[in-house]
Amino acid sequence: MFYREAGDFKTSYEADNQTFPIAFDRYRYWAVLAVAYLVIPFIINDYWANAIFVPFLIYAIAAIGLNILVGYCGQVSLGTGGFMAVGAYACYKLMTAFPDVNIVLHVILAGGITAIVGAAFGLPSLRIKGFYLAVATLAAQFFLVWLFNKVEWFYNYSASGQINAPERFVAGVPVTGANTAPWAQYLICLVFLTVCAIVARNLTRGTLGRTWMAIRDMDIAAEIIGVNPLRAKLSAFAVSSFFIGVSGALFFAVYLGAVEVGEAFGIQKSFLVLFMIIIGGLGSIFGSFAGAAFLVVLPVALKVIGVDLLGWPTDIVSHLQLVIVGALIMFFLIKEPHGLAQLWRLAKEKLRLWPFPY
Amino acid sequence: MSADFFYGIEVVINGLMAGVLYALVALGFVLIFKASGIFNYAQGVMALFAALTLVGVMEGQVPFSHLINAIFGTEIHHFGWHVPALLAIFLTLLVMVFFAWCVQKFVFRHLVGQEPIILFMATIGLAYFLEGVGDLMWGSDIKTIALGLPQGGSLWLEQATSGLGGDDFYGFFIDKLDIVATLVAAVLVISLIVFAQYTKQGRAMRAVADDHQAALSVGISLNFIWVLVWSLAGLVALVAGVMWGAKSGVQFSLSLIALKALPVLMLGGFTSIPGAIVGGLIIGVGEKLFEFLIGAPFLGGATENWFAYMLALVFLVFRPQGLFGERIIERV
Amino acid sequence: MKLKSLATLALTGTLAAGPALADLVIPDLSYRTGPYAAGGTPFSDGYQDYFNLLNARDGGIGGEPIRIIECETAYNTEKGVECYEATKGEGALIYQPLSTGITYQIIPKAIVDEIPIHTMGYGRTSAANGEVFNWVFNYPANYWDAASVMVNYLLEENGGSLEGKKIALLYHNSAYGKEPIRTLEELSAMHGFELSQLAVDHPGQEQKSQWLQIRRERPDYVLMWGWGVMNQVAVQEAANIGFPMENFIGNWWAGAEHDVTPAGAGADGYKSLNMNRVGDLPVFEEIKTLVHDAGNAAGDGSNVGNVLYTRGLYAAMLAAEAIALAQENTGKADIAASDVRDAMEMLEITAARMEELGMPNIGPEFSVTCQDHGGTGLGIVQQWNAADAQWVALTDYIAPDDSVTDPLVAEDSAAFAAENNITPGCL
Repeated sequence: MFYREAGDFKTSYEADNQTFPIAFDRYRYWAVLAVAYLVIPFIINDYWANAIFVPFLIYAIAAIGLNILVGYCGQVSLGTGGFMAVGAYACYKLMTAFPDVNIVLHVILAGGITAIVGAAFGLPSLRIKGFYLAVATLAAQFFLVWLFNKVEWFYNYSASGQINAPERFVAGVPVTGANTAPWAQYLICLVFLTVCAIVARNLTRGTLGRTWMAIRDMDIAAEIIGVNPLRAKLSAFAVSSFFIGVSGALFFAVYLGAVEVGEAFGIQKSFLVLFMIIIGGLGSIFGSFAGAAFLVVLPVALKVIGVDLLGWPTDIVSHLQLVIVGALIMFFLIKEPHGLAQLWRLAKEKLRLWPFPY
Repeated sequence: MSADFFYGIEVVINGLMAGVLYALVALGFVLIFKASGIFNYAQGVMALFAALTLVGVMEGQVPFSHLINAIFGTEIHHFGWHVPALLAIFLTLLVMVFFAWCVQKFVFRHLVGQEPIILFMATIGLAYFLEGVGDLMWGSDIKTIALGLPQGGSLWLEQATSGLGGDDFYGFFIDKLDIVATLVAAVLVISLIVFAQYTKQGRAMRAVADDHQAALSVGISLNFIWVLVWSLAGLVALVAGVMWGAKSGVQFSLSLIALKALPVLMLGGFTSIPGAIVGGLIIGVGEKLFEFLIGAPFLGGATENWFAYMLALVFLVFRPQGLFGERIIERV
Repeated sequence: MKLKSLATLALTGTLAAGPALADLVIPDLSYRTGPYAAGGTPFSDGYQDYFNLLNARDGGIGGEPIRIIECETAYNTEKGVECYEATKGEGALIYQPLSTGITYQIIPKAIVDEIPIHTMGYGRTSAANGEVFNWVFNYPANYWDAASVMVNYLLEENGGSLEGKKIALLYHNSAYGKEPIRTLEELSAMHGFELSQLAVDHPGQEQKSQWLQIRRERPDYVLMWGWGVMNQVAVQEAANIGFPMENFIGNWWAGAEHDVTPAGAGADGYKSLNMNRVGDLPVFEEIKTLVHDAGNAAGDGSNVGNVLYTRGLYAAMLAAEAIALAQENTGKADIAASDVRDAMEMLEITAARMEELGMPNIGPEFSVTCQDHGGTGLGIVQQWNAADAQWVALTDYIAPDDSVTDPLVAEDSAAFAAENNITPGCL
């Protein structure tokens, strides 16, 4: 009833090729955008920005990036933390070396630098596959973290070894540094996320995305029909790393403001982003959002319920939190191995008939 | 011979010993991967959990005492008895078998036939779960394993070899714990191989590893075999947990030893027990030697973590399935 | 704009469920879980027990009850940020962030939110310069003081000269571990000892390479900047290679009971720095009767008297003294966070006062000024006695060499001020 693929007639190629060809999807998309841009910035406060929205938006960018690599191109990577660190440190170096250039440009450039590094570490993927590749990308993870820790140039020889984001402005409004208003923090991340998501969505339904998916489904067969595996795999690594680099830059500059590489971009981060896309759904942009939201909101929600509402001791709550998150992951995988995105697809099936099922 | 040369040898020997410790962790991965195609990320947490259980049982700690006290307002911590080591080990193994049964019954039975990455993800969920349960059951303080394992350098060897390399050489250093670990690992591997070659269950296990469906059709219970391999992995985890726990005390960080096993697996192949051992030795020697020759003098040290992965990566470029892995045959 | 603030109000209202305005709110960002739980639990127990004692004995501070809000960070920066944001709206008076990462996070935020931070012996060392870091306090001592105290102790042991001695620094390969390097390099040039640096990568379970190197090079002393599992393994490995334990000195985060007990008898003689006294204090008795017996113990009550428990207690005492002083200065019981900051700048801890509080000599005497937020930097050296399973203080408080650390503090804080457009000055 509400979700109908049929009866939506297109009269031009333009209409047929639009990002969301189905009317319901389109309305939903505009509705979400309207809420995100027109409602939330006016009601957001420090807590909601720093504990929920900003991390969610940033992780969603990272998850989209990783999903391109893992979900669309089938190359499992555990180097996400390392690539985020590249983005963060590139952004820091650019911010301090060219203080007059707009921060938005720095973040994009940081993404570009990460794309180059990512493509370089993607080279072994031409030889190595599956879990072997996943473990091989850990080499990138550990090496990059070690490098940023060791070479003092990366943190401008500061005695503390930490990098601090200096204050930078977009259109006269501070977006990094301590004086940033929560809505500014939120909006800059939201703009980046929106652009990234639109780019990713259109990339994945274009030629490039189709070559990636061909490689994912069967790389030898893809090669036979004329897909160049070198180009497909490296472009997936590069594009994926670009997004991850952007998210790393935002993570450092906008969200935390000060990071130390081993702590912020350790191996845990790589696993976390991988969890997000698997729980959300591999090969789905929506899944990246859902997974990021799930893993950002769930621990906070459990903490609020356990500590603030029930008044349990904090250590028990955080142990239980591990138990519950672990159990939920297993439960979801058993019930729905294709992630939250699949649940959404099923929900749409239901919506199509509702309220008049057969 | 110069002292440096002998120190190089010492580094190699200690690298081999460290490699054995890595291999111990890797072994658990291989057992499960071979039999069921599951890349068990929870192996490290299993080692932590097994070691925690062993210490808790030995000291007569009340499981979940913190939780019970918080809910009922009681003040219980200990049963007040001490369980002898052997009995405690036996009880811990029972717990690990029970754990294996639960994992099979409640999780992986429902995931048969899923893609490897989904199975991998499920083990990550399992790792979270087990970590939380372990903390709730036994608390998160650092515990000491009182099994009486020998520790410290072997003085005899040190003195016997101290004359080799001139005044600057102080004799070879080998940790007694490492020697014990090597012996235990040897016994473990030999018994695993004997078990796999000469017993009915062992053969069934190999049959399942070879081909699930064929094994099923000749009447082997897949369920039983999978519980069996998870139990064996639990046993290996206990040994690894005890050996690593003897160095650092039993604590949360024990679960991170899984990260030391991953390059070993890459190098040795996910499906080969000898591969895990040889891979462990190569990684152990490689990273220690690199740190000795290049890392510490020229790169500022602490290179071992990433070098292990780089080394494995270089190997993989030449042999994508690892040293002893099954040849990957792809058909369109 | 009006709409926005109204909505914000509604949101915070539902979230915080109406903060009780009259309390003195003390957030406790503890870490009782995760890889460093063994260190976080006793500290938090001590921190909370002292405030509970004040509540039970004196009805709070200045008649105003104290409300502790515990928030679990698991030593994780992101969770720490969440904790900070969740508690700051409740009227938090002072933060003790307890992790380097969280501290760096909160430093710029606290300036805007106007809440003082006390980072006791950790965090950003150059925060000792109070003119740049108006809202951050790191008395009584910092890492650079610690490095200097260690060297001064060794100087004393060696009759005033370290000429030609070899000293190795074994450090956690992170910002924290690298803190003492610059100070030690300066000191090495000054006193003529040879400094070698050995990095241990996180988490530090495998240190064979480093200890074999120590065994080869035979340094006279090994100083350690370790944390978490690295400490236990380092002590064990030192015992394994037969390194003389009395020449092995850890900093104050590598000198608690749980760092040495796993190594058993092998750890006997290991030394570490401490910024607070160890041993029995009269105040423990009061805590046991008034807090623990009343069923208000934080944790299971088994940590009383531990090194880190005492440190937590000490931190709580310093916070409580500052709050009391703030009440005295403003003449009202219900104070704001900025009053506490002002009081912290005037804080003076005397031996008589510590005696009066039932914790004689728990820390050094010191006074804080607007320029100097770092205290005196004194530290003691303690030694582990494995047979009795306790730490024994070897020395009285040893002073650092300020002529070395002060220029470093000035340099680093100037860099921070330049990066963040801060004009140094008192508030």
